[in-house]
Amino acid sequence: MLRLHAWFSRLLGLFRKKSRDAEMAEEIQQHVDLLTERNIAAGMLPYEARNAALRQFGGVEQVKEVAREQRVWRWADEFVQDVRFGARMLWRSPGFSILAILCLTLGIGTNAAALSWIEGILVRPYPLVAHQDRMFALDATIRGAQGFKGLSYPDFLDFEKNSTLFESFIVDKITGTTLSVGDRAERAVGGMVSANYFDALGVRPFLGRGFRPEEGTGRNAHPVTVISYMTWKDRYKSDPDIIGKTQYMNGVQHTIIGVAPEKFHGTFIGYSFNFWVPTSMQETFDNTGYKLEDRGARWIEGYAFLKPGVTRQQAQAELSAIAKRLESDFPETDRGHEIALLPLWRTPFNAAGGISTTLGITAAVVFFVLLIACANVSNLLLARSLLRRHEMTMRLALGAGRRRLIKQLFTEGLLLSLIAALGGIAVAYWSRNALILAFPPSLPGITIDYPGQLDWRVLLLSVAICIGSTMLFALMPAVQASHVDLSGSLKSEGAGVVGGSGRSRLRSALVLVQVSLSFVLLTGTGLLLQSLQRMQNASPGFLTNNVIVSVTDLFSAGYKLDRAKIFHTQLLDRVRALPGVESAALAQVTPFSYNPPSSAPIEIDGYQPAPDEQPNAEYVQVSEDYLSTLGIPLVAGREFTRNDDENSPRVAIINETMAGKYWPGKDPIGQRLKVKDNWMQIVGVAKNANYETKLEAPRSFFYVPVRQNFFVGNALLIRTRETPGAIMNALAREVHALDPTLALYAAYRLQEQVDERGYTQRLAVTLLGIFGGMALFLAAIGLYGVMSYSVSQGTRELGLRMALGADAGSVLRLVLSRGLRLTTAGIVVGAIAALVFTRLMGNLLYKVSPRDPFAYGFALVVLLGVALLACFLPARRATRVDPVRALRV
Amino acid sequence: MAKEKPDLVYGTLDMLILKALQHGPRHGLEIADRIQQMSKEILRVEQGSLYPALYRLEAQGWVRAEWDVSENNRKARYYELTAAGRKQLVAETEHWSRITKGIDLVLSAT
Repeated sequence: MLRLHAWFSRLLGLFRKKSRDAEMAEEIQQHVDLLTERNIAAGMLPYEARNAALRQFGGVEQVKEVAREQRVWRWADEFVQDVRFGARMLWRSPGFSILAILCLTLGIGTNAAALSWIEGILVRPYPLVAHQDRMFALDATIRGAQGFKGLSYPDFLDFEKNSTLFESFIVDKITGTTLSVGDRAERAVGGMVSANYFDALGVRPFLGRGFRPEEGTGRNAHPVTVISYMTWKDRYKSDPDIIGKTQYMNGVQHTIIGVAPEKFHGTFIGYSFNFWVPTSMQETFDNTGYKLEDRGARWIEGYAFLKPGVTRQQAQAELSAIAKRLESDFPETDRGHEIALLPLWRTPFNAAGGISTTLGITAAVVFFVLLIACANVSNLLLARSLLRRHEMTMRLALGAGRRRLIKQLFTEGLLLSLIAALGGIAVAYWSRNALILAFPPSLPGITIDYPGQLDWRVLLLSVAICIGSTMLFALMPAVQASHVDLSGSLKSEGAGVVGGSGRSRLRSALVLVQVSLSFVLLTGTGLLLQSLQRMQNASPGFLTNNVIVSVTDLFSAGYKLDRAKIFHTQLLDRVRALPGVESAALAQVTPFSYNPPSSAPIEIDGYQPAPDEQPNAEYVQVSEDYLSTLGIPLVAGREFTRNDDENSPRVAIINETMAGKYWPGKDPIGQRLKVKDNWMQIVGVAKNANYETKLEAPRSFFYVPVRQNFFVGNALLIRTRETPGAIMNALAREVHALDPTLALYAAYRLQEQVDERGYTQRLAVTLLGIFGGMALFLAAIGLYGVMSYSVSQGTRELGLRMALGADAGSVLRLVLSRGLRLTTAGIVVGAIAALVFTRLMGNLLYKVSPRDPFAYGFALVVLLGVALLACFLPARRATRVDPVRALRV
Repeated sequence: MAKEKPDLVYGTLDMLILKALQHGPRHGLEIADRIQQMSKEILRVEQGSLYPALYRLEAQGWVRAEWDVSENNRKARYYELTAAGRKQLVAETEHWSRITKGIDLVLSAT
């Protein structure tokens, strides 16, 4: 308490310095006056009395100084002094200050923005959800295989029932429906969630309620839904009496029981959900059938909240033990299946997993930008310290300590970076939503929401960055500046263009760092650009350009299987007859769409799996002409025909990888394969293609005829030279001729769907391009500054050279060669650094070696060009030096 | 701080000032007079060194100061003990007498 008081009064003293000084002077004056009076009373003459009083008192000014030290901390007093002085100095050279602050704002701002994105996506990806630090994603893995799968519902329930270290488990599965808004059909994204979803997440509906436990049970027994705030606002015009009204989804009237709060988008990064239904409604929202009792159907994207204090390792161990038991209890479905508890940012089912590498690279790149910006400011400070040499000399001569001088210059630096940090945070605030802009426009109906979060963590880190960068950029110049040679400061400043003093060596070193960092960034950008280009050019194994995809949502329209089958058959016939259409086919899942192909355990005639192995393969249901429409060549056998329907024996077409794996050296045609208790005969072998992304490894894959496994929902693939718009109109006519009530989704090229899957690469290129450009620009400014400074310092030398007969060309060469030497040195260092750094981008690179010569060449050419430009202007100025005037200076 | 004068043992001025203020507020010169008078003229306080000490005590919260008018109608800054200052005086007095007792014992040992 006492201490606090003392501290406080000193702090107050700091701000009331002026008045306290006056007060002290008055007090001492009174004291001396009293003494004087007393002396007069004792019989002295007035002037004698006053002198005696002053002697008695002791040196008035010394006393005041000592007294001041008692009042405040000296360092704080000095700090205030430094800040005031620093502010004055910054004010006096506004050009320097503005440039330095801009550089730093750029550096700190990009860092704060990138941090806010990273934190927004990785640490707390789901707005409004409580305890995300204890929230983990549940994903199934297959022993010996890569990648993640969903969980089956019975398995999920067993995990939930048998574990003790968890607070709650939630099911989440993205789904969709078609909602009519006016006369348009609009895709609505939703989630099938467990009944405890909103409670477990700590999200309170804004109106109405969340799901009740009993609503999670019973097959299709509880048609209730919670809608999003946006849906409530747009579709229902913020109707306050919405609770209890119904919404027609997938042929079923759903009662709206709640409206989610405004900022809640669901638990899926990259999509903003429009509605939620309980898992009991799975069959209504999943056109691939009823799965709640099927242990083999893995579809759930689940989450689990750990109890407080439980580590991920403990929880993982418990789940693994349960998985082992499930394996032995249900070998036919669960053999080989394991479970993984992943941090949210590694969730494989949404966009977070895909962009974490990109974000990592972004973090590294913005850090580079900061370093380059700091080097620039350092350079500016060094240049300015020369201008202030007289001031420094004067201060040292008057007895200021070196330490005091460094502290003052440091304070000035801190002032700069504090102003810049404020600007930087403002930049980060404005660009907190800018990450979305770097994304390609997505398919209609899908909202992407990646808000950056400027919370205390980001602010704290920004302050740390600000102080750290001050250390970086201000310390070296401060130490340098304080090394003023008192007697030498009058000597001529003989820095030449060719030679260099210690100070200019330091500046050169800074430029070297900038050039090398820029080189690393350029190389990275080059690598990514090239891999993007290769990826764009790489054939996924099927035609993309002349194939158009469209979907009619029969499932949402309430079609049953028989009616859907007739509709699709008729539509296919009509589409094939359209002018310009070369061929058309149906597929249950189109390549590179968000929906993954089906996956199932398989059994193969004549193949003996290893004891631990459960053969698995992915497959898709397609119609006749599918392979020819997509241009996937057949290696052997035949394609499906219209006759491969429910009345004929079951057949399948496998891909080359599958043929090589299970029938090595044999002809698979005519062999048999068992999927879900059905034996099918292999009638063809198709060439490998990519199914989900261009980056995937070749895998076992097969096709089955859609007519033997019909589902209500199918996509239509049309090969044509017409534009999607033209086809769309014709298609709409045909669809309406068959069923006037049906709405049609937009038609788009398959190419767009393929491009969409490459967005992580494109995002990386965009971000690296933007930040790399910034870095390059800053480095160019640095180079320009150093060159033009050395030219202005070497005016005398240049004048001498020209007076002695050097022509403009050789002066130009002289200046340029110094700049280029610096650049070359920077490039060499940068190339070495790039060899190390680019290795970290491994999984973003597609068929490009991290040592790709093109990328290095690209960086070399761009940097040399920029360096030439930065050196040319000062060099040209050098040639205009008037020898007479230069020598007279 | 270099102003502590040989007349006084280093660090005792603060204690003496607190003691001088024991019976009510005084201004600077009165404090100096009071110390001189209490010590029967043995201790002479360097007038100037009083102020750093007073400000130190004020910053510590042991005395508080107020401008007032002295008996001969002059403005003066009067210092007064706070509750904490009283406690401090007691503590320092005890401390001091323990030390002097100790020193006496050492010096009177044979």
